[in-house]
Amino acid sequence: MTTATLEAKSTDAADAAIRSFTVTFLIRRFDPDVDTEPRWQDFDVEMYATDRVLDALHKIKWEQDGSLTFRRSCAHGICGSDAMRINGRNRLACKTLIKDLDISKPIYVEAIKGLPLEKDLVVDMEPFFASYREVQPFLIANSTPEPGKERIQSIAKREIFDDTTKCILCAACTSSCPVFWTDGQYFGPAAIVNAHRFIFDSRDDAASVRLDILNDKEGVWRCRTTFNCTDACPRGIEVTKAIAEVKQAIMRGKP
Amino acid sequence: MNSESAHVETKIVDGVHHHQYDIVIVGAGGAGMRAAIEAGPGARTAVISKLYPTRSHTGAAQGGMAAALANVEEDSWEWHTFDTVKGGDYLVDQDAAEILAKEAIDAVIDLENMGLPFNRTPEGKIDQRRFGGHTRDHGKAPVRRACYAADRTGHMILQTLFQNCVKLGIEFYNEYYALDLVMTEVDGVEQPSGIVAYELATGELHVFQAKAIIFATGGFGKIYKTTSNAHTLTGDGVGIIWRKGLPLEDMEFFQFHPTGLAGLGILLTEGARGEGAILRNASGERFMERYAPTIKDLAPRDIVARCMVQEVAEGRGAGPHKDYVLLDCTHLGAEVLETKLPDITEFARTYLGVDPVYEPVPVMPTAHYAMGGIPTNVAAEVLRDNTTVVPGLYAAGECACVSVHGSNRLGTNSLLDINVFGKRAGRNAVEYVKDVDYTPLPDDPAAGVRRMLEQLRDSNGTERIAAIRKELQDEMDKGAQVFRTDESLAHVTEVIAGLRDRYRNVAVQDKGKRFNTDLLEAVELGFLLDLAEVVVFSARNREESRGGHMRDDFPNRDDANYMQHTMAYLSGDAHSSDAADHIRLDWKPVTITRYQPMERKY
Repeated sequence: MTTATLEAKSTDAADAAIRSFTVTFLIRRFDPDVDTEPRWQDFDVEMYATDRVLDALHKIKWEQDGSLTFRRSCAHGICGSDAMRINGRNRLACKTLIKDLDISKPIYVEAIKGLPLEKDLVVDMEPFFASYREVQPFLIANSTPEPGKERIQSIAKREIFDDTTKCILCAACTSSCPVFWTDGQYFGPAAIVNAHRFIFDSRDDAASVRLDILNDKEGVWRCRTTFNCTDACPRGIEVTKAIAEVKQAIMRGKP
Repeated sequence: MNSESAHVETKIVDGVHHHQYDIVIVGAGGAGMRAAIEAGPGARTAVISKLYPTRSHTGAAQGGMAAALANVEEDSWEWHTFDTVKGGDYLVDQDAAEILAKEAIDAVIDLENMGLPFNRTPEGKIDQRRFGGHTRDHGKAPVRRACYAADRTGHMILQTLFQNCVKLGIEFYNEYYALDLVMTEVDGVEQPSGIVAYELATGELHVFQAKAIIFATGGFGKIYKTTSNAHTLTGDGVGIIWRKGLPLEDMEFFQFHPTGLAGLGILLTEGARGEGAILRNASGERFMERYAPTIKDLAPRDIVARCMVQEVAEGRGAGPHKDYVLLDCTHLGAEVLETKLPDITEFARTYLGVDPVYEPVPVMPTAHYAMGGIPTNVAAEVLRDNTTVVPGLYAAGECACVSVHGSNRLGTNSLLDINVFGKRAGRNAVEYVKDVDYTPLPDDPAAGVRRMLEQLRDSNGTERIAAIRKELQDEMDKGAQVFRTDESLAHVTEVIAGLRDRYRNVAVQDKGKRFNTDLLEAVELGFLLDLAEVVVFSARNREESRGGHMRDDFPNRDDANYMQHTMAYLSGDAHSSDAADHIRLDWKPVTITRYQPMERKY
């Protein structure tokens, strides 16, 4: 037990929590019924160090301007609703704490890039999910398991694709990719991550089908390994590495 | 529309889009998608969801899904049934619990066969771990029954079900917010004929005529301030059913999960204690040893939550304000935390700046799960009273009350519930639609919804949505949380009455049509107020303590008077301030098959 350490830490945290700051948010607004172009609007919000950017958006919506529009649900980084560009970097608003941002300057918040802007921080996710569906993101197994029994998979084989099972389809990676910004036809990192999850699953028998799909001119070869996707992933998935593994599998002709 | 499969003909009548499907499923979480996988291949099926399916809160479930696979030690579905009944403090319908435990095994295997990447044993079988209240041989010791995928089991279930919906070409209507169940009078009886939904992107209304409708809309934890629930869990489906005059069962039983991050309510899985983590008070004492000597920290959630609150109330809380207890994972080691509990390790680091590898984590109970909801039988058919089925109407998952959870759900039984009863709902709906015709829709089926939305949007009110909601949530935390008394509940009743009055004067600032989430929040608040009222009214009426319902003024279980389910009905003027004017309570017997009620000791 390290109660003493914890007590000290909590006291610090409690002290920090008492101090609130006025933080300026510059939010890129867009209402297609009114605006011809997106516009930046600033809001001052009283925040605590441990508040999240999502808390700021809620404070604005609930106390200042009810028309501010954004998606959110779980508020702790697992549902993938609130990916947005915060100070030029793709993050989840619910996982970005004020204390981790430089509040001496305004905090810029805008919608993720590369997908059609619908309103304020909301984009049309349909092209993103269309790419996802194209890679056949589901188990295709030729063998029939013994009735009432699981397929056997070793701990080691399960581990190979563990990282890519963490994906929450928030689009932070795909919409951080400069290739995707200029070419919306590119499958994008998230679709490749979800293909990887099955290509390297020992229970699956359709790796060659997915490798063919991703060998397309809009497939993995468009990736320029800028690592934006890896930096953007709120789940810590090594996205660029997963893409590289798919490239190698295509070269080998098998996972 | 968000599907590649054949587009079903629609027509537009008076600006309202009309669709027709054999089966319409409302909600795309675990229960809804499990139902869709069953229904899609057998009948023309649409899933209407307020969110993109993968945003559903099933994805936030962490620890596991119970099934007596006996992969790592001896186990049986009969023990699982007993644990479920005892865990629910004997208010469980035992026929339903038996189905849950028996069908659990197939439910887990189904998911594995669909592709779910469970953690594995050294032999390559599905690995299992301990969880609260799950025991060997009727309470002798904890048993490894929870099948899991790290601490993201719910995430993997949600993803796997969505993947299989994509595989089957299930039609989804994403970000369509169901607002009304259309009922048509046939031979003097109200029959379900469709769903009215609001398309968030456009603000347009859609009517989905259907032969069978499945509600799988999840819970309503947002009636509370401190909750593990998503912002979107506002009980819309349960609220729709309530407003139709159909009953709600056992609404007073709400589960408070012991280990929410202190002050935030973010869930830390019970799987942590399953892996050996220990709850300690300020002096470092493992206090659960005093309350549940046999299974200690793995006692069911209601008991652990109560003990934690009691420790704090008696001055043994930790921290500068002595207002939480500590979840000590430090002896588990970095490897167990990183491989078996990576997400909660990260939550503690991100949100509290506490590293569970080195320090214990501040925790307190968080509103987590509604045991009550829309009453159904074991076929997932919705009941209009204690026994009569509403033909063609089904409910499954948290929104439903079968009742497999009684007055307190065991951990891992909800991921099980959505799979077992989601599947039953889908399968039974397919059978049902084979032999029936569409029930005709009334003239202008969207009239009621249109009126409600116009009133809200055009209101010149002065009340802020957020202010009313905050007061509701604060007061529910104060008066209707882990411990309740007649006095605390009476106070909340008064508060809610006042808030319901103020709600009629609520202002929506966004007057636009597109993605009007301001309007959406106003509608959601209406459902929250309705449901909170039913929860508190039902809680006041139950003058005993049982499972998740702990009455400080009636600390004992009273089987002579209360060994029965509460059934609440909306009757009279729904808008009157006095709940007693429009809520009528009745009782429903508990189904007892094998296990006579006993004192509940762990």
